Amino acid sequence: MTNTLINSAAAHRERTPAQHLLEVRDLTVTFPQPSGAVTAVRGVNYHVDKGEFLGIVGESGSGKSVSSLAVMGLLPSSAKVGGDILFEGKSLLNRSDKDMSKLRGDGISIIFQDPLSALTPVYTIGAQIAEALLLHDSKLSQLAANTRAVELLKVVGIPNPERRAQAFPHEFSGGMRQRAMIAIAIANNPRLIIADEPTTALDVTIQAQILEVLQKAKELTGAAVVLITHDLGVVAGNADRLAVMYAGRIVETGTVDEVFRAPSMPYTIGLLRSMPNLATAGHTRLVPLEGRPPLLSNLAPGCPFADRCPAVIDACRTTEPPLMQIGDDPLNASACIRVAEIASGELKRGEIYPVPEPVAPAERADVEPENVMAVTTLKRHFPLTKGAIFKHTVGIVRAVDGVSFEIKAGQTLGLVGESGCGKSTTIMEILELAKPQAGQVIINGRDVATLSAKERRALRQDIQVVFQDPMASLDPRLPVQDIVGEPLTVHGVSAKDRLKKVADVLELVGLDPSMASRYPHEFSGGQRQRIGIARALVTDPKIVVLDEPVSALDVSIQAGVINLLQDLQEKLGLSYLFVAHDLAVVRQIADNVAVMYLGRIVESGSAEQIFENPQHPYTRALLSAVPVPDPAIERSRTRIILDGDLPSPTENISGCNFRTRCPLYRLMDEAGQKRCATDDPEPRLVGSTLVACHHAENTDLMAPALT
Amino acid sequence: MSMLDEASVADVTAGTPEVIKSKKPVSRFRLISSRLRSTPRFWVGFIGLAVISLWAIFGLAPNAWNYTDLDVRNMGASPSGLHWFGTSDIGEDIYAQTIVGLRKSLIIGLIVGPLAAIIAGIIGAVAGYIGGWWDRAIVWVIDLLLVLPSLFIFILLSQVLKSKSWVALIFLLSGFGWMIMARVIRAQTKSLRERDFIKAARFMGVDTWTIIRRHVLPNVSSLLIIDATLGIGGAILSETTLSFFGFGIQAPDVSLGTLLSAGQGAAATRPWLFIFPAAILVFTVLSASLVGDALRDAVDPTSGVNRD
Repeated sequence: MTNTLINSAAAHRERTPAQHLLEVRDLTVTFPQPSGAVTAVRGVNYHVDKGEFLGIVGESGSGKSVSSLAVMGLLPSSAKVGGDILFEGKSLLNRSDKDMSKLRGDGISIIFQDPLSALTPVYTIGAQIAEALLLHDSKLSQLAANTRAVELLKVVGIPNPERRAQAFPHEFSGGMRQRAMIAIAIANNPRLIIADEPTTALDVTIQAQILEVLQKAKELTGAAVVLITHDLGVVAGNADRLAVMYAGRIVETGTVDEVFRAPSMPYTIGLLRSMPNLATAGHTRLVPLEGRPPLLSNLAPGCPFADRCPAVIDACRTTEPPLMQIGDDPLNASACIRVAEIASGELKRGEIYPVPEPVAPAERADVEPENVMAVTTLKRHFPLTKGAIFKHTVGIVRAVDGVSFEIKAGQTLGLVGESGCGKSTTIMEILELAKPQAGQVIINGRDVATLSAKERRALRQDIQVVFQDPMASLDPRLPVQDIVGEPLTVHGVSAKDRLKKVADVLELVGLDPSMASRYPHEFSGGQRQRIGIARALVTDPKIVVLDEPVSALDVSIQAGVINLLQDLQEKLGLSYLFVAHDLAVVRQIADNVAVMYLGRIVESGSAEQIFENPQHPYTRALLSAVPVPDPAIERSRTRIILDGDLPSPTENISGCNFRTRCPLYRLMDEAGQKRCATDDPEPRLVGSTLVACHHAENTDLMAPALT
Repeated sequence: MSMLDEASVADVTAGTPEVIKSKKPVSRFRLISSRLRSTPRFWVGFIGLAVISLWAIFGLAPNAWNYTDLDVRNMGASPSGLHWFGTSDIGEDIYAQTIVGLRKSLIIGLIVGPLAAIIAGIIGAVAGYIGGWWDRAIVWVIDLLLVLPSLFIFILLSQVLKSKSWVALIFLLSGFGWMIMARVIRAQTKSLRERDFIKAARFMGVDTWTIIRRHVLPNVSSLLIIDATLGIGGAILSETTLSFFGFGIQAPDVSLGTLLSAGQGAAATRPWLFIFPAAILVFTVLSASLVGDALRDAVDPTSGVNRD
């Protein structure tokens, strides 16, 4: 079955006489470094046909961006590029920069991850688009270029394009900047668009908007698209074909349907199973992909994935398997020695990775279902001041505007929302344990506003925090034992007891206690986050506040940390306040969910209710924007795309503050709209969730919920 | 660009497995010291300082004269076997005087440099960490001290200090040498305060002073060490300047500054009175600066030679 080597480019060309738009042959990229050369890309072959949508997926450091920058000729001059890159049959390597510049933008264009640094801050958006046009068409007049720039802005969905063309990049929001980048990219009708993580820096609702614009741009120009991403969900819904990269090579490629339905490289299988998935999360336990990618500076012989692969056999350690065709489909190939066994079903996909055992009932902690945290109408407003010496207030930022929720012992509340909705401010207010501006915070039955300094310090034992970025939250100058033991020093625990307790919690989070004398920089990202969790657990707290604890980690590492958090909760009877923007992760771990929008909770209830049957139009839009790593589901879904961006919290929107973006508001009759504009909706029980919407009963007028 | 991120990720992790496997972790200290050892400037400065210090300690032993002795038969003599650096108009042995002056200057430099750095560290960290009115008051004081010409204040205060011993000069010099560094430390602390590990400590209930001591100061320590080293040379120069004008070290004590002042009139006619103390002053300050410079390059990967 697996016989043809795709590696041989000559054979490939004979088989497919039609010319590919882009063909990358045996590409290698090496960066010389003082400590020895690092080969970031080691023999990559792929091709893109006219009008095709190719997704390249990989974790950080897998070489996916380097290989695409090589296509654009944008690598630093120190990089050594081998192999060949053919665009429309002509080699792109060893061309002069002037030659390449003619091609860039005209033939191939690129969209970068960070649109703020990709746009020049001192020119208007319109001027930058016009510049792209004038560069490649010398006959075009300045006036015509400006008119065309406005047209392009209209195409990518920027409201009021005439005025917006005069704006500078800093006046645009992240989503609008990325739209402008797409406008520049399609300005000259390129034949190929390379999008390098175009949505990674954006919120999920904006991501849905941008992906839609990208699809539209593709249809308008007929260009082929190469989308580079780490998110399998984004690929599933958009790409035709997919290439998975690992350690500088493509390890699996095929049509999206084929790869998602029947992945045949253990890495792809592991990646798909370790990803929290909105469609399946909450019912099944995640399967972690242990270990971390190998270092590209000194690769051992054999398959680079061998160390993490549970299906490893001796032959894997000696030679690196080439990309081998699976079945009769020439597009479908995988780099695994055991691919025949996997394809024939001898080695079952579901059984390659051991599913982690749930916590044994004997080890589970008994918890009384009492409230451990109750927050009522918490408010935090920041004055917006102007003037250097004589400050005067010009506005109010309503970061948190009347938030109420409660957490029961042993349960998890997931607090979700887009960035800027006030979820971080909410937890910072709670963690300060100080008297809030307005409202009440009760922890363990004690109102924090009435605490004395001594009582407050004692209460801190019960509430601990885990931060988002594990590197920033650990003091680089202290060894791990001092970092983890620090909360105990506050409560006067002797040095000897402290060390013992530190060893205990390190063991609990799955770290070797003998590593306690090392410094944080010696650990990998996942291990560092475990250290952060150990520090939070060292005082035996009742509540742990988790501030986006997995969003800074690579996909394959996330699953391990999420499983650990779930196990710890069951063993120790912890309560979690879990703040995240990734809804799939929240679905996986939370018992109850509260959805925040502009400083308010718009819907709250049990996780099952909210995810299965959301009532608030915002919740519904948010859920429909989350990509699911399953092409079949992705195609059958109808997305609710929200218009525009999150309004600034300084704006004073009368009535319901979601009505400016609400898809339901537009469907309402005049009387209904008037009610939204004048009355501020109070949370009320609809179905079995608390919803702050006047028309929640009519939510089904919009597209139905997920599956 | 993300490509560069990816490349640097590979770079950062390079060499970590060996580190994880080895018993002793490579600490930052070892990294810096290995970088220091490969800088020639550091060795020149370090050996220079060591030689000067050893000479200051033991240099008087082989000499037959003490610095207060007057040789009435050889007044104003040029360098000879009897008086290695010659004698002054009243028959003082210049070699003995230079060594004693050097001792005083070195002591002042070695104390004032680090003392000013410590003051800068504490005040800067407090202003940056606590913020609010404390910060505003401290910045106001710093700015005030920076605008006042310090030489003018030295001259005013020296009237009071004349009666006190030279130790008072140490405090005076460190009292006017910390302001610029304090501002740097304050800015550093302000950015540190927003880092998650400091927030984490605060939410654990760690009190302000412990956070400053345990988290803030160690994280700005590299700056302080550099400042202390570079400050040695600066302090020696300040002391010399003051003494040269007669506002620093007072007779019967001697320092390099008073020697230079006494010898300046004879610099053209009897150069040994002037040249020996001056050469030693230049050599000492240069050595201290070389060490400080090398230290900064070793600690701060973005400064000077490390940039291409």
